[in-house]
Amino acid sequence: MLADYSLLLIGAILVNNFVLVQFLGLCPFMGVSNKLETAIGMSSATTFVLTLASIVSWMTYEWLLLPLGLEYLKTISFILVIAVVVQFTEMVVRKSSPMLYKVLGVFLPLITTNCAVLGVALLNINKQHSFLESAFYGFGAALGFSLVLVLFAAMRERLNVADVPVPFKGAAIGMITAGLMSLAFMGFAGLV
Amino acid sequence: MIELISNHPFAAAISALLLLGLPFGALLGFAAVKFKTQGDPIADQIEELLPQTQCGQCSYPGCRPYAEAIANGEAINKCPPGGESTINALADLLGVEATPLDAEHGEENIKKVAFIREAECIGCTKCIQACPVDAILGAAKQMHTVIVSECTGCDLCVEPCPVDCIDMLPIQPTLQTWSWDLPVPAEQLIASDSRDVMGAEA
Repeated sequence: MLADYSLLLIGAILVNNFVLVQFLGLCPFMGVSNKLETAIGMSSATTFVLTLASIVSWMTYEWLLLPLGLEYLKTISFILVIAVVVQFTEMVVRKSSPMLYKVLGVFLPLITTNCAVLGVALLNINKQHSFLESAFYGFGAALGFSLVLVLFAAMRERLNVADVPVPFKGAAIGMITAGLMSLAFMGFAGLV
Repeated sequence: MIELISNHPFAAAISALLLLGLPFGALLGFAAVKFKTQGDPIADQIEELLPQTQCGQCSYPGCRPYAEAIANGEAINKCPPGGESTINALADLLGVEATPLDAEHGEENIKKVAFIREAECIGCTKCIQACPVDAILGAAKQMHTVIVSECTGCDLCVEPCPVDCIDMLPIQPTLQTWSWDLPVPAEQLIASDSRDVMGAEA
């Protein structure tokens, strides 16, 4: 039992990492990873949104759409759920840490369009996860996203002061680094 | 229930979405009221860090307008009374680079207070009108004097005085305010390092 959930977590965090292996959620990955503190703030917000959205989407599907035979409405309902969760998170962040709210700027409402969030919600349905499995899957996806975001931000801070050739400065060397990180994470394939 | 849905699928879909959306809308409305932010919390935090001399050397009419300007993206290096420590604290808070003090707004000086030489004071009240923190005691044709505990050393009273009887005197360190001098920078302290610097310039 515990082993199943651990395997699910390892799978979501490392083996099928949502950013580097499944290539979802690349927009905040490239956009917010300039500074480490911003990346940490963004990853906490996304973790909160992902876990909550994963749980509420599952509940919506299981208790509203399935009994009424309206499975075809799952995409729009999940978008509705995610938008509500993101709005709620935005209000909480604005109240608790105005500085973080200002620094994140437009990327906080853009979590709504983060394909990793909708992807987790839909994958939970595809893989027919139970309630706890959905929760763990969402949480694991968020942890994987946070891990990669923080690692990438740390590297980008160093790349900013490194001796990079002029044509490669900025986003270009960032993309190359992300590609190399993705190659590294492919090494986890077959672990689970 | 199932017959109702299969007979009116369109209505069923719309009502299902409404059933989903209305409680969420209520939740968001409740949250909007509960998590309401008043005023500009970032400008408040910035203002806490500014020295409150209200001197105007930053070209804003006081510390609060400058704090609001910084919240909107103004440079943080315009406050001479705050000096380097204020710039560093602001850079920390806002997560920006700590640039050196902008020289056109003034140099960083030791803290001073104004002192009126009472033998020469003519009681014109021009310095009282200039003082932004109301630290000068006096009335028309009465003696004017500076309340030392209120004076922020902003310098604004020196210009209007027609008999030029106001001096800016440095504050004497007390037992509570004394501290060691800053250490000499590394380039000047280690002889071999300073030789290298001079050799590179030569």
